[in-house]
Amino acid sequence: MIGGLFIYNHKGEVLISRVYRDDIGRNAVDAFRVNVIHARQQVRSPVTNIARTSFFHVKRSNIWLAVVTKQNVNAAMVFEFLYKMCDVMASYFGKISEENIKNNFVLIYELLDEILDFGYPQNSETGSLKTFITQQGIKGQHQTKEEQSQITSQVTGQIGWRREGIKYRRNELFLDVLESVNLLMSPQGQVLSAHVSGRVVMKSYLSGMPECKFGMNDKIIIDKAGKGGVTNEAGKSTSGKQSIAIDDCTFNQCVRLSKFDSERSISFIPPDGEYELMRYRTTKDIILPFRVIPLVREVGRTKLEVKVVIKSNFKPSLLAQKIEVRIPTPLNTSGVQVICMKGKAKYKASENAIVWKIKRMAGMKESQISAEIELLPTNDKKKWARPPISMNFEVPFAPSGLKVRYLKVFESKLNYSDHDVIKWVRYIGRSGIYETRC
Amino acid sequence: MPAVSKGDGMRGLAVFISDIRNCKSKEAEIKRINKELANIRSKFKGDKALDGYSKKKYVCKLLFIFLLGHDIDFGHMEAVNLLSSNKYTEKQIGYLFISVLVNSNSELIRLINNAIKNDLSSRNPTFMCLALHCIANVGSREMAEAFAGEIPRILVAGDTMDSVKQSAALCLLRLYKASPDLVLMGEWTSRVVHLLNDQHMGVVTAAISLITCLSSKNPDEFKTCVSLAVSRLSRIVSSASTDLQDYTYYFVPAPWLSCKLLRLLQCYPPPEDGAVKGRLVECLETILNKAQEPPKSKKVQHSNAKNAILFEAISLIIHYDSEPNLLVRACNQLGQFLQHRETNLRYLALESMCTLASSEFSHEAVKTHIETVINALKTERDVSVRQRAADLLYAMCDRSNAKQIVAEMLSYLETADYSIREEMVLKVAILAEKYAVDYSWYVDTILNLIRIAGDYVSEEVWYRVIQIVINRDDVQGYAAKTVFEALQAPACHENMVKVGGYILGEFGNLIAGDPRSSPLVQFNLLHSKFHLCSVPTRALLLSAYIKFINLFPETKATIQEVLRSDSQIRNSDVELQQRAVEYLKLSSIASTDVLATVLEEMPPFPERESSILAKLKKKKGPGAVSVELEDGKERGELNGGGDRGGDAAIAASNASTPSPSADLLGLRSTAPASGATPSAGSLLVDVFSEAGPSATSAGVNDDGFLSSAPPTVASEDPAPPLPESDELLNKFVCKNNGVLFENQLLQIGIKSEYRQNLGRMYLFYGNKTSVQFVSFNTTVSCPGELQSQLNVQTKTVEPLVEGGAQVQQVINIECLTDFIDAPLLNIKFRYGGALQNISLKLPVTINKFFQPTEMAAADFFQRWKQLSQPQQEAQKIFKASHGMDTEVLKAKLLGLGTALLENVDPNPENYVCAGVIQTKAQQVGCLLRLEPNAQAQMYRLTLRSSKDTVSQRVCDLLAEQF
Repeated sequence: MIGGLFIYNHKGEVLISRVYRDDIGRNAVDAFRVNVIHARQQVRSPVTNIARTSFFHVKRSNIWLAVVTKQNVNAAMVFEFLYKMCDVMASYFGKISEENIKNNFVLIYELLDEILDFGYPQNSETGSLKTFITQQGIKGQHQTKEEQSQITSQVTGQIGWRREGIKYRRNELFLDVLESVNLLMSPQGQVLSAHVSGRVVMKSYLSGMPECKFGMNDKIIIDKAGKGGVTNEAGKSTSGKQSIAIDDCTFNQCVRLSKFDSERSISFIPPDGEYELMRYRTTKDIILPFRVIPLVREVGRTKLEVKVVIKSNFKPSLLAQKIEVRIPTPLNTSGVQVICMKGKAKYKASENAIVWKIKRMAGMKESQISAEIELLPTNDKKKWARPPISMNFEVPFAPSGLKVRYLKVFESKLNYSDHDVIKWVRYIGRSGIYETRC
Repeated sequence: MPAVSKGDGMRGLAVFISDIRNCKSKEAEIKRINKELANIRSKFKGDKALDGYSKKKYVCKLLFIFLLGHDIDFGHMEAVNLLSSNKYTEKQIGYLFISVLVNSNSELIRLINNAIKNDLSSRNPTFMCLALHCIANVGSREMAEAFAGEIPRILVAGDTMDSVKQSAALCLLRLYKASPDLVLMGEWTSRVVHLLNDQHMGVVTAAISLITCLSSKNPDEFKTCVSLAVSRLSRIVSSASTDLQDYTYYFVPAPWLSCKLLRLLQCYPPPEDGAVKGRLVECLETILNKAQEPPKSKKVQHSNAKNAILFEAISLIIHYDSEPNLLVRACNQLGQFLQHRETNLRYLALESMCTLASSEFSHEAVKTHIETVINALKTERDVSVRQRAADLLYAMCDRSNAKQIVAEMLSYLETADYSIREEMVLKVAILAEKYAVDYSWYVDTILNLIRIAGDYVSEEVWYRVIQIVINRDDVQGYAAKTVFEALQAPACHENMVKVGGYILGEFGNLIAGDPRSSPLVQFNLLHSKFHLCSVPTRALLLSAYIKFINLFPETKATIQEVLRSDSQIRNSDVELQQRAVEYLKLSSIASTDVLATVLEEMPPFPERESSILAKLKKKKGPGAVSVELEDGKERGELNGGGDRGGDAAIAASNASTPSPSADLLGLRSTAPASGATPSAGSLLVDVFSEAGPSATSAGVNDDGFLSSAPPTVASEDPAPPLPESDELLNKFVCKNNGVLFENQLLQIGIKSEYRQNLGRMYLFYGNKTSVQFVSFNTTVSCPGELQSQLNVQTKTVEPLVEGGAQVQQVINIECLTDFIDAPLLNIKFRYGGALQNISLKLPVTINKFFQPTEMAAADFFQRWKQLSQPQQEAQKIFKASHGMDTEVLKAKLLGLGTALLENVDPNPENYVCAGVIQTKAQQVGCLLRLEPNAQAQMYRLTLRSSKDTVSQRVCDLLAEQF
């Protein structure tokens, strides 16, 4: 189990240090600093073993969060915990920065006491944490006995993530499907690897203890529905094309896994506020929103001509946003001339790349950039490695093809029904690592 | 270096560096560097002309980026351009870049060399210095090739500035160290030496470094520097502290130069010229005098400088080793330092004294400080100083103070630092041996040593004790008594058990008279330690037990009981098990006589280099000093007296020791000599090889000429039999197994058995090399009439014998009728292309076909009389060539194949034997009588058989055996 947790700033100074087990001494703090933060060669592995002690670290801007243990822990659990902890901290005081951590260090220790006990992860649900760990330290004293006992029963009860007696005038529900699409394509346009990792994030403002049911165009459910003879005309007509194969998925703790396993239906009592309902990954039938067609020509030793065409590949009515194409330049570039028809392009020497930015672009369009790169002859015979051209964008649909079919809310005790709830659904597809070799 | 003027401030560089310093993360730093690199690249683009200032600035930035650890692959050209600038700062940066970044195979090297050449030939001293520094900094072979000829010229030219000369001397030194073959002084030698006379002290200091290095390689060429150095030194030493102005350091005139001069003089023997020598002695005396003067300053720099010169002077005095007066003074001076506050000084004083102790002149003087040194050993806080003190004690030890020093070292050993314990132990052991007047003291000391620091006592130390005890009759009893007492301690070290086991096994009888140490008490004492010991020690103890059986027959039952116990005879360790089984069998089967022979007392060891000494020499590190010391010390002993020490020293110089562990005990079951013997029968002998050289290994290996005469005949025909093959044959008359032949390449072992007129012989060909033998082929032929007398069938062997492997060949022999000659064995093979051709006689002799016949005295004499025809009898009278030991004779006669008849001859000294030789054609009865005459060392051998040729042949064969 987790032996201790340290937070360092970029210089390696310890900001937060919390030790849960006796087998972790103070020297572990220095060991990590010396061997990872100040290592001569950059440490790329997130897990480092130093003297039979394992260090798991994540970095958020300039802050290092490191978990230390001498035992054989589940590394995935540790990282899940670290990410969760980042989320919790972010929801309490915003960006994780040295300044914020210094200003909130009492709060952080309080949180650490709550979310880790003797090295075992505990409740890390922001919503419920916020009921008893507040940033106004003295407020706790004004809580009535009743409130306090309510907190206790909630935290220790079966549904630890939702307290009873929530009331809203308007029952509202927001549902975001956030996806990031990753691609590696050969210069000839052949897909070498592609996958989408997506999340369903919900924000719910519902009264009482509602029971929710979430439905999407998962291939297995739709096939099952078809086979079972329950004729759903709408589903059937679209099932051939529009159902998707999900490779794997994980759910929020509120989802009843037994029901998912038996009926593959996603039903849950939602936490109050914002949470991530599920995470999934697909690899088949991905809609690639953009196609990049590179053309690189070396003219002699001192000149390079680059032409890149991007084509958008989605409904013309949709608009992609925040498009950015990054064309790497050789290390001996001494000057660059760029011509582009749309957007703005600039040579960024500090990143050794030409960055081409387009604010908006509709579907089924095409745009082009051409650049002349001057090179300085060097005595190094090393050939330029030609790193891939990468791309960033945001599109208002799910590249995996996922569709939300329904989200039903049942609350038997209170008198509102499914169609009284106002529901909002949004799809956002972003680029992950979206690269084309040139 | 001229200060960088305001205009050359390079603000851009300062800004860049501060930007980098302010970067919060590595990524930010890399971004900033990438940006800067792109900027510099755009500036260095071919179409832009840059002024010197910007070029310098960008080259500086590149240099800085490179020093941060990033690759720089451009800008070299711009740096080379800077070299031709006329501004100092620009040139300097150019040279800096070149010496840091240009690799030797760069194409630019020609341009660079050109620029350097220009600067060297310019009249500007600063530029010349820059160029010289660059050459020295790069110091590559290419640089040496290009400029090794030029620099000496600059160095000795009359019009060269002093600062340039300094640089040139040091640059040349660097090139010489890097590639000595390219720097040829030749004609410049004398002029370089005369630089010692230069007006400028700096030039002299630089030149002397060069000269010291050069003269250490070829001292003869630079011999003339001695007198110059001496006069220079005397001028410095005699000057007042104010005379040398810039070169006076805290009131000490030119300390560095003085040290270097003194060091240079240490490359040479004392000057022969009396005047020069007188002057030098005067200098040294002055230096020693100055040390006595009250310090002119309280500053530590002052005393450091003064002491540096003093120590250098003392090492020169030690190096000369010819001025008793100076040596004694130096010693006294060091004696003062021994009690100085400064730890460093004490350390240095101890170290120098170590070398002083080896000089015959100052040895006595050093000895006066013994109390101080012992005190240092006990009280110093720094372990390195204690180590030096121990070294010095070792070095100053001689007969007069050996007991004291050894006692002190022993008492210190109990508290000594772990890092130096092993060395201390070795030193104590050596001193104890070297200066032992009475050996009981020696035994006491070593046993004490084992008691105090058993873990650090290496094998060699206790081997040596045993060697000495075995070789000295007078201490054996005392040693036995002492180890017996030492073993009575409840907990004693395993090494003590080893020594105890060995010594009691050998000499336990000497103390057995005392009822307190009766045999059984001794045995029980040893056996009480048995279960605590490691396997090798247990093996040794088992050997001690079997020796006990021999020494004290009354313990036999007890010991056999022990050997028979499951923990011995079924021990999982094969060595222990084998010993237990064999010893048990040996003790129950063999007669007391055989036991007594096998388990005889160890013969004295040959005088040889003390293995401990060798071990100490092998030790590296701080011991290295003491190794030289050791040599010097021994020389001193030879001159000064100490007869035992002298012996040891002589032994050390001319003896080469084979691995000491193998010969002492034969603890490893396969001793090198007999390890290759293939016969199983000889194994028993191997195990007992400690009891005396076995007949097997003595047989072949002792003939020095045999193994050193490789067969040189390279024809395809079978070579004529080796000259010694007859002799070989004789060795096998009385035995059937053993090593027939051995040289550097090949070893041939034989194992044979005979029944009636048939025999089977196994030949084992062992390849002693690591290379395979090809076309290995053996043939057995019967020359002449032997063909009709003997029927020999061989099986062919594999033509390839791998390195280290052994092949076996079976030969079947049938004796048709009696014969005289032996069949020939011819072996041919190629070893590394060269044909080897060896012919040997197979040891098949007529006596192999003897069948023993038992008969009573009456029968014997009846037959004896029957064979009374003169041709039936063969008689020989010959001198004994070996000892006339009864048991050995009996063994040989039995080995002959006949039956040895007891109580036949009226004279019990005589031997009579009877046997029948079985051939296919006939059976030949054969009677034998051997009459030894102990006084005259003569034998008379009489043989009677039914066939005259047989009588003669057997008589001939047998006569060679005694």
